[in-house]
Amino acid sequence: MDWQREWKPLAAIVAVFLVVYYLPVGAARFDNAVSEAFELVRWYAREHVLLCLIPAFFIAGAIAVFVSQASVLKYLGARANKVLAYGVASVSGTVLAVCSCTVLPLFAGIYRMGAGLGPATAFLYAGPAINVLAIVLTARVLGPELGLARAVAAILFSIVIGLCMHWIFRRDEQEKHQVQIAQPEQESTRPLWQNGLFFAAMIGILVFANWGDAAGSGFWALLAAQKWLLTGLFAVLLAIMLMFWFGLPKWQVILAGAPAVALALVFTGHPTLAFVAGFIGLSLLLSGREDENGEWFKESWDFAKQILPLLLIGVFVAGLLLGRPGEEGLIPAAWVSGAVGDNSLGANFFASFVGAFMYFATLTEVPILQGLIGNGMHKGPALALLLAGPALSLPNMLVIRSLMGTQKTVVFVTLVIVMATISGLLYGTFF
Amino acid sequence: MEIKVCGPGCPKCHETERIVKEALAEAGVSAEVEKVSDFNEIAKLGVFTTPAVVIDGQIKCSGKTPTKKEVLAWLGR
Repeated sequence: MDWQREWKPLAAIVAVFLVVYYLPVGAARFDNAVSEAFELVRWYAREHVLLCLIPAFFIAGAIAVFVSQASVLKYLGARANKVLAYGVASVSGTVLAVCSCTVLPLFAGIYRMGAGLGPATAFLYAGPAINVLAIVLTARVLGPELGLARAVAAILFSIVIGLCMHWIFRRDEQEKHQVQIAQPEQESTRPLWQNGLFFAAMIGILVFANWGDAAGSGFWALLAAQKWLLTGLFAVLLAIMLMFWFGLPKWQVILAGAPAVALALVFTGHPTLAFVAGFIGLSLLLSGREDENGEWFKESWDFAKQILPLLLIGVFVAGLLLGRPGEEGLIPAAWVSGAVGDNSLGANFFASFVGAFMYFATLTEVPILQGLIGNGMHKGPALALLLAGPALSLPNMLVIRSLMGTQKTVVFVTLVIVMATISGLLYGTFF
Repeated sequence: MEIKVCGPGCPKCHETERIVKEALAEAGVSAEVEKVSDFNEIAKLGVFTTPAVVIDGQIKCSGKTPTKKEVLAWLGR
């Protein structure tokens, strides 16, 4: 036998065997953790997939197709205005970094041929934190407060980190590749305000379908009571836009929307049915087409295919290790509250440091954090982990190192950890 | 004809490579397909967003997976 090659499967088999051999089935903590993991997966499936993730996928897909990336990249190219470049780099993650695999090539491009080190690092830091899917899921699961804090802190500190990097390495002569950025310019078929209203309608559907129940009376309670009416209103607006601005055949749009309307009128107590029927109708309407509408569906589907499995596995693992909020998984809650239970400097630093090195698959930081908060993590370190986590990981550091060298990478990682710690401290103190 | 498919190895990039190869087979064109996954190399080609397809030094698409029809059009079929 060729041991040179066969040792890997052998090691894997031995490892799996040992795990299974000593599997603590029957031990209360383990059995409880397994049931917690399934409970958490079910909770996500019931509460977040239909109303939150599906519309979010369609919005992310639409951004990829209908928003011109070339127009954003213009501001990050070699001849870009430096001040403007920092601003654009820090917020363009919303539009550009929907998929985590696009962050690193963009970073490389901005650094090598574009606006340089400062804007490139600003983009690298803010991008993963402020993409549409991340904001939506963070706000939905962890609360709007933490979602907003995550976006704002990521944008602000990305500029600070970018400026620090630029200043520290200002003497560094950067040999620039004199390559023209060739971004095929897509011709825009619609004026900007039409695209704007189109996105507004979709965001309206997403926001009102997920509107929380408000207690008491007054404006907010009225909104909560009528949330499905408003969701339906935005859906009708979207259908009208699709007919007149997106060139979809009118009878097809009406046919696709009809089951949703019928279900909404018949089963008034189950608005989710109409909601799902609406999205199935939209999918059928779009999927068979060859134009940009077909591409919209294809992009949305690609996101779903790529993110859903990872997210569900992430949720399961988070449930196994940490349990649902208020419950315990494999890791004792006392450990969590001992390490990051308060808003001390140590707790914030610990959360930032661990977050920086740990790898989070797209969006899985959300269920993991949810488990940690449920086990007694303070809000400050939670934000610190959210800021340092998705932006950096050990594999990602190695790629960054190959691009800009060890020295700059070490400085960047240090800056990220320091900034995340400071943001966590501030957030934990004031909120 | 020299075709380069740029991408770090994400699912979309593999999909792009597959589509390009299928299109080549369909068109009966024999061309070198090179997978570029090094970020420095990708940046040197002038590509900002991946997956990207570069044919004879010209960026044909960037930031999205092309359809087979598009690739066939680039091949001149």
